[in-house]
Amino acid sequence: MMQERAIPTLPSIAPITREEGLRLYEDMVLGRFFEDKCAEMYYRGKMFGFVHLYNGQEAVSTGVIQSMRPGEDYVCSTYRDHVHALSVGVPARNVMAELFGKATGCSKGRGGSMHLFSAEHKLLGGYAFIGEGIPVALGAAFQSKYRREVMGDASADQVTAAFFGDGTTNNGQFFECLNMAALWSLPIIFVVENNKWAIGMAHERATSQPEIYKKASVFGMPGIEVDGMDVLAVRTVAQEAVARARAGEGPTLIECLTYRFRGHSLADPDELRSKTEKELWLARDPIKKLANYLIDKQLTDAEELKAIDHHIQEVIDDAVKFAQESPEPDASELYRFVFAEDE
Amino acid sequence: MAETLLFNALREAIDEEMARDPSVFVLGEDVGHYGGSYKVTKDLYKKYGELRVLDTPIAENSFTGMAVGAAMTGLRPIIEGMNMGFLLLAFNQIANNAGMLRYTSGGNYKIPMVIRGPGGVGRQLGAEHSQRLEAYFQGVPGLKLVACSTPYNAKGLLKAAIRDDNPILFFEHVLLYNLKENLPDEEYVLPLDKAELVRKGKDVTILTYSRMRHHVMAAVKTLEKEGYDPEVIDLISLKPLDFDTIGESIRKTHRVIIVEECMKSGGIGAELTASINDRLFDELDAPVLRLSSQDIPTPYNGTLENLTIVQPPQIVEAVQKMVALRV
Repeated sequence: MMQERAIPTLPSIAPITREEGLRLYEDMVLGRFFEDKCAEMYYRGKMFGFVHLYNGQEAVSTGVIQSMRPGEDYVCSTYRDHVHALSVGVPARNVMAELFGKATGCSKGRGGSMHLFSAEHKLLGGYAFIGEGIPVALGAAFQSKYRREVMGDASADQVTAAFFGDGTTNNGQFFECLNMAALWSLPIIFVVENNKWAIGMAHERATSQPEIYKKASVFGMPGIEVDGMDVLAVRTVAQEAVARARAGEGPTLIECLTYRFRGHSLADPDELRSKTEKELWLARDPIKKLANYLIDKQLTDAEELKAIDHHIQEVIDDAVKFAQESPEPDASELYRFVFAEDE
Repeated sequence: MAETLLFNALREAIDEEMARDPSVFVLGEDVGHYGGSYKVTKDLYKKYGELRVLDTPIAENSFTGMAVGAAMTGLRPIIEGMNMGFLLLAFNQIANNAGMLRYTSGGNYKIPMVIRGPGGVGRQLGAEHSQRLEAYFQGVPGLKLVACSTPYNAKGLLKAAIRDDNPILFFEHVLLYNLKENLPDEEYVLPLDKAELVRKGKDVTILTYSRMRHHVMAAVKTLEKEGYDPEVIDLISLKPLDFDTIGESIRKTHRVIIVEECMKSGGIGAELTASINDRLFDELDAPVLRLSSQDIPTPYNGTLENLTIVQPPQIVEAVQKMVALRV
């Protein structure tokens, strides 16, 4: 096991109300329970292909997306995209149905686990190849600036968040887009989910400078490292980044130190990560951390959180039922959506 | 009617569409201050500003992906590939995202974008600057491929491409930018999916596109003097192919010669030949003949370069043999 990086701490965290705290909790539990159900359904042969689960990283998705205007601001994801889709508001039913390959899926059964899309929820998509979503996100951010400055639309103040992993930060598109975002002062947040591993490639073995947030400085961009297992910390830095982007003050790079509790995908034997390392990070479960905080601050109690868990379990069970009962895509529509004329 | 050079015809098309629709913008290397490598966007930034005629850093894959994102969210980008060959560096964004994303997203997003620029074999530009990317990109689902060949069709087709809601690869040829033609004063838009009947004839159908159209017409001058009457069709749309026009001609002539600048292996002609055999085999009196570039990187040396691409005398000879059924 490599030497663990010191967990960054913030001087203070953004204040949070009871309602906000419970919303964050519910969003994270939704992500966790959804992924657990995916693993179960995958092993039961209900879903296929490569399925990458987000367990452990929930504080990143929730902390960033719930600091935006979900459904109005743009979010761009990777192959590990289920929980980002849920956070922006794509109903669990439609995400689950997509994983089942059904016509009611958010990508009509054409996309699958790595290609979740929802124009309605401003989800730019899951992108299966490393780095390719970042330029697309940059385009959405450019569009906001263009609409405001060229087309005179004062309401075009949307911010875009691009999520990607530590492995991506060694890819050219990452650097090219950081450059253009800073050059044109685009309203975008680059969110690195540094979970330490690119399948079997340890981050330290892949990069000459493991502290990714430092790579922002050469572009004159704020780069911030944050504890990616602490949703309140992520939320604090995300709120600042969103405000900066919305005010036209340009992009931010946020490096979230996090960990995936499962293998790279459900097909990954996960043989390289040490037991010690896994146990160390499992002990830092972001959902338990938030629950403890909310109870400590007397914003809620264990019973109320249990009720939320129970409600979310019902949402997940309903999503599975919906997916199972949904129709397969119509075989006569095999060619539908190749061209724009197919609505 | 105004006599117009091809590069200015393209410029007029972009200018008119930008004036018509504020969501249309141009991006690429040196499209702004420099005016484009072949001056297709000269001074447009002065009229429309630097965001609408956006000079990008040299980052083909990323600015192409950026255009995809802008198109998904409602703008209509026109990418200029400074040289189309450079877009090999953007292959992933063009194939995975411009081409496939609408389908993969189950119709969530449209990608109305044009990717245009100079390609083809020029004058001793060397292998990397002499590419015919149409052959490489024809296998990507969701893309439309269009090749212009005259100032008239360049303008009308580019306007149509900009208005189309699909991603379109729009091929121009480095050696055709200075062609001159009188263009109508009134606005016109040409259909993207129609081949152009260049010369009516009865002996043989010659299918061609881009610069090879002009090589074919040079050959036709010789052939006419010898009493031959070939029909010449400029494909215009390389994908999808206009089999209405192609089929009508073949049902008349029963003989086909394809003249293309891309390489023979896996080229446009290869696809065309296979499709003709699939659809019109019974109409053929002779096997389809392909005149293509040699399967080699385009050499720098002028003599070798001329040997690499099809020359008019080869077309003359092919027609003579085909009509005499000595194929």
